[in-house]
Amino acid sequence: MMRSLWIAKTGMEAQQTQLDNISNNLANVATNGYKRSHAIFEDLIYQNMRQAGANSTEQTTLPTGLQVGLGVRPVATARIYTQGNLQQTSNNLDLAIKGDGFFQIQLPDGTTAYTRDGSFQLNANGQMVTNNGYTLLPGVTIPANAQSLTIGNDGTVSVTLPGQPTPQTVGQLQLANFVNPAGLDPKGQNLFAETAASGTPNTGAPNNNGLGALQQGFVETSNVNVVEELVQMIQTQRAYELNSKAVQTSDQMLQKLAQI
Amino acid sequence: MDRMIYLSMAGAKAAMQRQDVLSHNLANVTTNGFRAELQAFRAVPVRGDGAYTRAYALETTIGYNDAQGPLTPTGRNLDIAMQGKAWLAVQSNDGTEAYTRAGSLDVNAEGILVLRNGMPALGDGGPINIPPNSQVEIGSDGTISAKAPNQRPTTVGRLKLVTSEGPLTRGDDGLFRAADGDLPADATARLQDGALEGSNVSPVETMVAMIAAGRQFEQQMKLMQIAQTQGQQSAKLLGST
Repeated sequence: MMRSLWIAKTGMEAQQTQLDNISNNLANVATNGYKRSHAIFEDLIYQNMRQAGANSTEQTTLPTGLQVGLGVRPVATARIYTQGNLQQTSNNLDLAIKGDGFFQIQLPDGTTAYTRDGSFQLNANGQMVTNNGYTLLPGVTIPANAQSLTIGNDGTVSVTLPGQPTPQTVGQLQLANFVNPAGLDPKGQNLFAETAASGTPNTGAPNNNGLGALQQGFVETSNVNVVEELVQMIQTQRAYELNSKAVQTSDQMLQKLAQI
Repeated sequence: MDRMIYLSMAGAKAAMQRQDVLSHNLANVTTNGFRAELQAFRAVPVRGDGAYTRAYALETTIGYNDAQGPLTPTGRNLDIAMQGKAWLAVQSNDGTEAYTRAGSLDVNAEGILVLRNGMPALGDGGPINIPPNSQVEIGSDGTISAKAPNQRPTTVGRLKLVTSEGPLTRGDDGLFRAADGDLPADATARLQDGALEGSNVSPVETMVAMIAAGRQFEQQMKLMQIAQTQGQQSAKLLGST
């Protein structure tokens, strides 16, 4: 009936998507290893109702046409992989990645997921696991009688055992990186899964070949910037209001039309 | 039949179309790199027998507003904002070269530098490949340097930035194209990395224009009512004789 009603609707929907993203970012402001995401918009296709340059007579052409765009749509939610702050916890199983890369986690179904959340625990078998109990890959088993545990920034895990003065290496951690980390699929539980868009993982030892260094006793906090989110929220709300005003104006026009 | 009612109909139709264009601008008030659509009413005089009194209104879109939109710093290394009148060249879905101001770039799974909607950004010699695991920096003239681990940064290409003398035309896909073929790369064009350009839609102007369009529509409705009353009156006169 009236295009502008639907066009304004796309605008309101887009702002709603943005607000969903902002809410999710704010909700995860204290989630370890969380990476913030924002909706990216693009204009929808245009309808040429009258082509500029068409002939108005045999000799003359129309100088301008009528081109009506059909609104806006969210084209992507862009995840921003900037480094989060490193927070000291002094827990010797907490690891933060300084730089690029992800920890590899074995899911119960046998597939591999990726995470930046490095707050690990030990399970009953002495394996390093996430807070959800999924094991870290490649698996590292810490002996039950270990006195101290040291993880170097290159991923070497060493322990000291009672009665032995020299520390023993019990494992080597590895990180994975992707050509396009923004293409990873967020699975929840701080985990990401590989997709066709992310490319295949390149694994390697930390602090080597472009992969980040590990920092023991620290966790990487969320990279959500609260001020930025609040400013974005104000902008989103006002843009929503403006679009609702467009719906209102269109409605009033139709109302006047119906009154004749 | 009174011709006045057709004149008001044309006026109301034009006001409604203006409302469409304004709604589109408002819907894109937060779209990166969006260029506001400009609109103008045009008079189409009707010449025929008798006195030359009638001119129909026609809504036209005369182009886009090429003012710079507000820059938002994002700190992301693959976000760029073109300065001044520069445009970034991309390969559109139909394979032709098109131009955009929305400079949010990404590297896809094949290692090619693309826009958020998946279209490859063009360098001087086609799409640009980014070596895996490398740190990418974009210089102010569009030069892309990638630093592979333990190596010096190397230049992997240069984004094609163009500056158009005349106005570009907006295609149905929202990308801009030059009227006479592809534009040459402009060595003096500059960009700002770590920032994105917002939409250049002015909410104030658009809201005011929307109020004006609404009132104009109402006026046309009023004129239609007058035409209706006049018709009734004359029918009554004719009927009573």
